[in-house]
Amino acid sequence: MNIGYYPGCSAKGSSLDYELSSAAVCRELGLVSSEITDWNCCGSTPAHAISSELSAALCTRNLMQASKQGADVVMTPCPSCLSNLLHAKERMKNPEFRKRVDELLDEPSKEDLPEATSVMQMIGRMYNTGQIAAHVKMSLAGLRIAPYYGCLMSRPADLMNFGDPENPTLMESLLAACGATDILDFPLKTECCGAASGIPHRPLSSVNSGRILELATRMEADCIAVCCPLCQMNLDLRQKQAGRQAKTRFDMPVLYYTQLMGLAFGCDEKELGLDKLIARPDKVVDKIKALNTAVREAQGGKA
Amino acid sequence: MQDSPLNIVRGRDVSFIKEVEAESGQNVSNCYQCGNCTAGCPAAFTYDMQANQVMRAVQLGLKDQVLHSKSIWMCLSCSTCSLRCPNNIDVASVMETLRHMARRENIVAVPRMDKFWMSFLNTVQAFGRSFEIGTMVLYMLRSLRLTTDVDLAPSALSKGKLGFKPHVIPDGGAKAVGRIFKRYQERAKREGVRP
Repeated sequence: MNIGYYPGCSAKGSSLDYELSSAAVCRELGLVSSEITDWNCCGSTPAHAISSELSAALCTRNLMQASKQGADVVMTPCPSCLSNLLHAKERMKNPEFRKRVDELLDEPSKEDLPEATSVMQMIGRMYNTGQIAAHVKMSLAGLRIAPYYGCLMSRPADLMNFGDPENPTLMESLLAACGATDILDFPLKTECCGAASGIPHRPLSSVNSGRILELATRMEADCIAVCCPLCQMNLDLRQKQAGRQAKTRFDMPVLYYTQLMGLAFGCDEKELGLDKLIARPDKVVDKIKALNTAVREAQGGKA
Repeated sequence: MQDSPLNIVRGRDVSFIKEVEAESGQNVSNCYQCGNCTAGCPAAFTYDMQANQVMRAVQLGLKDQVLHSKSIWMCLSCSTCSLRCPNNIDVASVMETLRHMARRENIVAVPRMDKFWMSFLNTVQAFGRSFEIGTMVLYMLRSLRLTTDVDLAPSALSKGKLGFKPHVIPDGGAKAVGRIFKRYQERAKREGVRP
């Protein structure tokens, strides 16, 4: 399988840590992909908010670029990019729509565009629990993790192909393979964080993100695990804003699931971009280390 | 929104119902007002018409009222409504269709949303990839909200999360993306709609 890697714009800026940790985890697992040459922005929410055709044109160009380098499937860490790629692919099946989009492109689109999927699904597809567990040097056992997917990863269900759209469990499976035992049954796992409203209408992101942070705090989570750059930004960079809205102060580390997997694999903290997080992840890292040391000592004691 | 009864005599446009259904691909007449869409909507507290009210207004052909609603701009496109609709109506797609229709008629009930999206897209048009600081600057200038998110600047900048330099696609890729936008804008102009 020839996998084309589509990082998405945030991977080069606000979610550099997602990019670093995804790359580290894929490297450990041996998941090989090649970045799509000259990839462009998918248009994100702004493009589809104003025109489905513009959004599809931007996405189709990426799929065509992937096709040119022989990719059978395009893999991206970002749920928003993935949603746009999949929506474009679906809409391009309509000949009238396709004709309108082709008018915008340098060259007419191809009939069979590559598949698109998330890095998370690709890891889940290629490696079983045992194969992931084989890489674990430091178990996540005992760490209280609130898994949070955001709204886009699992819906629309028929397009995203991510299992139950209100209760996806793939992230939990991957973290459990890394030894995690205390993954919380987090009721807000697919609620919207407020998306890109932080700039044009802040209360919309503060209220929604605040609700998620508050529940994770009340459930005594050590951290929230996320898979979307925008969710991460709203919950982490905008954590103080959410706190002000809720008249409280949150102190909740928000890590990408790949950062947690990378820690379990024994990757270097810098290599996982942990220094990029605003809410400091030190206590998460310390707890993982302490729990592992305790287990080792107990085992050593027995022997 | 005001609790005034919907005036179904004045401002009723029957062809509007068909247009919305055709463009969104949704059978809006299936809505029986259970309110699930509104109950789960994370943006409901910012709406002037709730999602189920928008659906009812579309059923009644109240074009003017719907296209002037703020809600179609505040929708976050999270699709919770679509997921929970017992009649499988993709409500989010209807909301998006209505926003597209409003823009084409040059009705922008929440200008700052449009300004934000256009600022983002301007950077994509220029560089082929989005540029966060560029988006912020364009948006602040357009909206005259010059202190937007300045409280975030120290932490975002110190962590190197926001680059001062745009990521330009190499090897003419940025120009190729620029051409997509140019064709899109020219076509909108030909068709007499807001790009």
